[in-house]
Amino acid sequence: MGADFVQLSLTPILIGVLAAVACAIPGNFLILRRQALIGDAISHVVLPGIVLAFLVTGSLGTWPVLAGAAGAAVVAALMIEAIKRLGRIEPGAAMGVTFTSLFALGVLILEQSDTSTVHLDVEHALYGNLESLIWLDATGWESLIDPTALTLMPPELIRMAAVTLLVGALAAVFWRPLKISTFDEGFATAVGIPTRGLGFALVIVSALAAVAAFDAVGSIIVIAMFVCPPAAARMMTDSLERQVGWSIVFAALSAFLGYVIAGYGLTWFGIRAAVSGAGMIATVSGVILALACLFGPHRSRIGAPSAS
Amino acid sequence: MTPDGSAAKVVEEDPGLPLAVRGMTVAYGEKPVVFSVDARFPAQSMTAIIGPNGAGKSTLLKATLGVVPSLSGSVSVYGQPIAKARHRIAYVPQRASVDWDFPARVVDVVAMGLYRELGLLGMVSRKQRATLMHCLERVNMADFAGRQIGQLSGGQQQRVFLARALAQNADLYLLDEPFAGVDAATERAIIDVLKGLKAERRTIVSVHHDLSTVTDYFDRVLLLNIRKIAEGPTATTFTAANLQATYGGRLAATQINDLGLAHAGA
Ligand SMILES: Nc1ncnc2c1ncn2[C@@H]1O[C@H](COP(=O)(O)OP(=O)(O)OP(=O)(O)O)[C@@H](O)[C@H]1O
Ligand SMILES: [Mg+2]
Repeated sequence: MGADFVQLSLTPILIGVLAAVACAIPGNFLILRRQALIGDAISHVVLPGIVLAFLVTGSLGTWPVLAGAAGAAVVAALMIEAIKRLGRIEPGAAMGVTFTSLFALGVLILEQSDTSTVHLDVEHALYGNLESLIWLDATGWESLIDPTALTLMPPELIRMAAVTLLVGALAAVFWRPLKISTFDEGFATAVGIPTRGLGFALVIVSALAAVAAFDAVGSIIVIAMFVCPPAAARMMTDSLERQVGWSIVFAALSAFLGYVIAGYGLTWFGIRAAVSGAGMIATVSGVILALACLFGPHRSRIGAPSAS
Repeated sequence: MTPDGSAAKVVEEDPGLPLAVRGMTVAYGEKPVVFSVDARFPAQSMTAIIGPNGAGKSTLLKATLGVVPSLSGSVSVYGQPIAKARHRIAYVPQRASVDWDFPARVVDVVAMGLYRELGLLGMVSRKQRATLMHCLERVNMADFAGRQIGQLSGGQQQRVFLARALAQNADLYLLDEPFAGVDAATERAIIDVLKGLKAERRTIVSVHHDLSTVTDYFDRVLLLNIRKIAEGPTATTFTAANLQATYGGRLAATQINDLGLAHAGA
């Protein structure tokens, strides 16, 4: 693999891997807290944010879109908390109410405003444009040490790398209170861990990862990566530390294999068709989950009724 | 009692009193499930909180610890507001309140008891590891240190929770039904540990269901059914009349008679 690969495939693969990992890390905790749907909620909820950001700024540039999406995600997280607390509704229902109503709001605003000139492409939103995140200025592997070529890398790569690093660093620093409060919230509160704030922070960080990934690779990956790698990882081990490790490996593997299969693999089978990289990445993560379900050494416990 | 309990805060400043709760009122919905409960738990005492299902026993413990919000009420722990005294309290929640499929080994759960010592990033030292093992030994669970928690029996899970509380090295122990669903041998083991704690001058408060063992295990009782019915030494407070008042018609007279209590009562 030479110049071609570096130019056309390296950056999409890296972005895909980073996006997958950024979502998979908080996904571990969301799943254990039975909040896995949050990734789904966030990806629906960003629509009104993006539309509003466009109406306010008149642009579909990266920053307005990101700010709008992030704002909407925070509003959604706050709404879920508020509904849970004021309405005393179970979390799943609170999330459902929040994301459908915000999504509907987005559609309404879209209809009522003069946004017909904008191309808010559904397909783009779902699958992203991973294939377009190429590094045209690369001439080969040596470009990786060429400062001018490096500055011309797709900005999505830098952004996604920064977000992934931030997510990883936060998970590492707050590992212990996160672990304790995920396992036993009452005990965590009793020893003085601010469980409510921590739970909220987890949702915000998940939203950040989702929005960054959404911008780069579309919502299919986001939803899949919040759930599939952590769920598969749970069946590989009985230790939270190793589970998160496995989930990172599975997320990265899904992104890499998915992109490569979409880009090259089908031609190996003689199929000449363009397949969405993001769709294939999500599919591979599903296949890994299925394999873990069938062969994972610790699969017996997951889904077992919780001991009483 | 003032609605925000502020008057109560002035009253309890005795640094020798492990726990005082004043005017505690808690509601999940419209109706209070704990109403204006005052209680004091003296040093080195072992108190049973007794009452029927849904009486608000767990809720009283949780509200005391701030795990659920209270409508009103104040708590003082060794004369201080609870926020300043959390390191002196160990809490053992009801076993069924957590998901035992969580990916962790027994020793990982017990290590959670070291949270206040370790903080965010502290590593478990060799000495602390020895402490953890010692806590497991005290509840006869040392052989299970590396076992996944989902593979434990109910009684073993209960003992792991107790070991975690021991690792907290607290002065005040709040336990929610530590004997629920454990066999006689485990119950014996747990009560021995609790009595050992008491001998080390620690204070124990435990939600307890088995009326036949109350006099045996506890020197004080708090009878609760939304409101406090009675509170005091077992000998004078754990009476047929008080039990009638606590359980209402739900406890047959014969059951109370079987306890062989003095009928003098409060
Ligand atoms: N999270 C909650 N949301 C709403 N209501 C609750 C909640 N937890 C408890 N309740 C209600 O509050 C009341 C008191 O519950 P609590 O768990 O404190 O009782 P308890 O005395 O510990 O009972 P048990 O002996 O069954 O453990 C019950 O009527 C219960 O239904
Ligand atoms: Mg209870």
